[in-house]
Amino acid sequence: MKSTGSNSALTVEVTEGEGGMVVTLRGRLDAASLAGAWQKTVGEAEGKKAKAITIDGAGLDYCDGAGLGLFAELRRVAAENGGEVKFRGLNPELQRLVDMSLLADAKAGTLVPVKPWGIIVFTGMRAYEIWKDQYELVGFVGRLTAALCWAVAHPHKIRKRELLNIMEKTGVDALPVVSLLGLLIGVILAFQMAAPLERYGAQALIPLIVSFALIRELGPLVTAIIVAGRSGSAFAAELGTMKVTEELSALQTMGLEPAQFLVVPRVVATVLMAPLLTLYGIMLGLIGAGVVMVSLGYTVVFYINSVKDAIVLGDFLGGVFKSVVFALIVAGVGCLRGMQTKSGPGAVGDSTTRAVVSGIVLVIVADALIGVVFFYMGI
Amino acid sequence: MSEKQRVTSDDAIIEVRNFRAAYSGKTVVENLNFAVRRGEIFVIAGGSGCGKSTVLKHLIGLYEPAEGTIHVEGIDVAAAEGEERRRLLRKFGVAFQSGALFGNMSVLENVRLPMEEFTALSNQQMDMIAIAKLKMVNLEGAAQKLPSELSGGMQKRAAIARAMALDPEFVFLDEPSAGLDPITSADVDQLIVDLNGLLGMTFVVVTHELASIFKIADRVLVLDAAVKTMVGLDEPEKLRDSSPNPWVRSFFKREPSAAKAPGAAPEKRKSA
Repeated sequence: MKSTGSNSALTVEVTEGEGGMVVTLRGRLDAASLAGAWQKTVGEAEGKKAKAITIDGAGLDYCDGAGLGLFAELRRVAAENGGEVKFRGLNPELQRLVDMSLLADAKAGTLVPVKPWGIIVFTGMRAYEIWKDQYELVGFVGRLTAALCWAVAHPHKIRKRELLNIMEKTGVDALPVVSLLGLLIGVILAFQMAAPLERYGAQALIPLIVSFALIRELGPLVTAIIVAGRSGSAFAAELGTMKVTEELSALQTMGLEPAQFLVVPRVVATVLMAPLLTLYGIMLGLIGAGVVMVSLGYTVVFYINSVKDAIVLGDFLGGVFKSVVFALIVAGVGCLRGMQTKSGPGAVGDSTTRAVVSGIVLVIVADALIGVVFFYMGI
Repeated sequence: MSEKQRVTSDDAIIEVRNFRAAYSGKTVVENLNFAVRRGEIFVIAGGSGCGKSTVLKHLIGLYEPAEGTIHVEGIDVAAAEGEERRRLLRKFGVAFQSGALFGNMSVLENVRLPMEEFTALSNQQMDMIAIAKLKMVNLEGAAQKLPSELSGGMQKRAAIARAMALDPEFVFLDEPSAGLDPITSADVDQLIVDLNGLLGMTFVVVTHELASIFKIADRVLVLDAAVKTMVGLDEPEKLRDSSPNPWVRSFFKREPSAAKAPGAAPEKRKSA
């Protein structure tokens, strides 16, 4: 309906007649005048339990969506009371708008607000989601294992350029942050130990403790956390975007298995690069601790000899083994979360967050399990 | 080749029976029974949200029907597994609504990909075939570009070229001309007609662009969101002129929906 440009105020009259309630509207019915009209008409219709309501709109100069909302509400109230609304005197344009806006069923379910879940439904739904997530995780582990076996049997089928590209992003590009964190962790560990060990005259043990902690625990763990933050999240975002833009569907319709085509290069690249990053991080950590030892008055030769004596092959291999397991987890979970991406603009962000959180949690759980196993194996 | 002088056979090559599709338990479309004939251009049309793309995604085996079956050349698409499924999928060429080109590959690499995976052609052979396919969609100049460097229309045409890479028997296109300027849209329509005429490919095209429908379609399946099923299946001109369903006639004549009596419930549409 065209605006007449009139600024006439709205007048609302509610009278009895025509076997029910007659609402006569004159002037301009818009958002500004809606509140008063709503209270008067809907309030009265509800109070009187009006069945038949006639809306006389012959005197309306202007009526927009606010008016359509009022008409719908009056129609709903009448329907609740077992009656209906009739319109009278609407100009043809407004009549068409009203016809287009009114629901087929005046009491339709869409008018009933959705109730939030109760505690029992919420608990059940959450439990179901967790179960479903575990179910998908197990299925994914199976598919990933099959895809990795396929990759071992057909190494020439892995897309080399993509593999090298991912290795560069996961490994080479991570060097600055691994360098910084490795060095600082070595410095922090050595400094933190210096004061308490001095009390027992045992500062000479710092190289042993730092080496042990870095090689067996902190090196693989900190590197895995960095890889989860950098690469796990990137994998989830890449695959999530591919899912949203239907690229995963396109792969499937070409008869290509996303696990083989997309997940294998990412997992293989991470498994190849994570141990190297771990060793590099450990080396930087030992250098950091060495700087502290020299500042405490020990010679470089003493420090190097102490470290050489402290490192046992079993510890070293244990650390490398952990870094391989952590890489599998971080890359695999990143890809899984990416492929689980739902639709909508926020979905990729959610997948990225879930990739980092579940990657780190699973790495720490795996670390604990490996620690227990190593303990009983005497490694 | 002049339009609509194609040879189609009566043998049903894609058969959909008692089909129902549902997301999270909610029915999107149901009671679908239709067959696509070999060599025809079969259009799935209907208003927004009526389930056109959903039906297409079931036809290509991305989703399993909630009820009913879809057979392509006698093979149940949803039940096919392993080598049988791969053989079937190799006969399909699919272009998605968004193009779905692989963003980290050039346009040429996108078109080459299906050939790399499924043929033993040499690099040179694959390049020449891919460039020929790109020429067919007038994209030979963009071969080395990344999808992000292309306009929306170019991405759609590149997706069609990729769908054609293995000279599939069945081509499924989801809204191939939506959002394109009229000339590019007409080019895409002409390409579909030409490929169908020249190579005898069977096309299943989802669209609600009336101009496209009248240009390319041998037959149209019309879906209606209000009744969640099909409300017409025939040649587009027949549906426009003599469909028993007034909504279908309005759809093809691009008329506004019929005015209703004040406050009255809209007339429930009847399914076909």
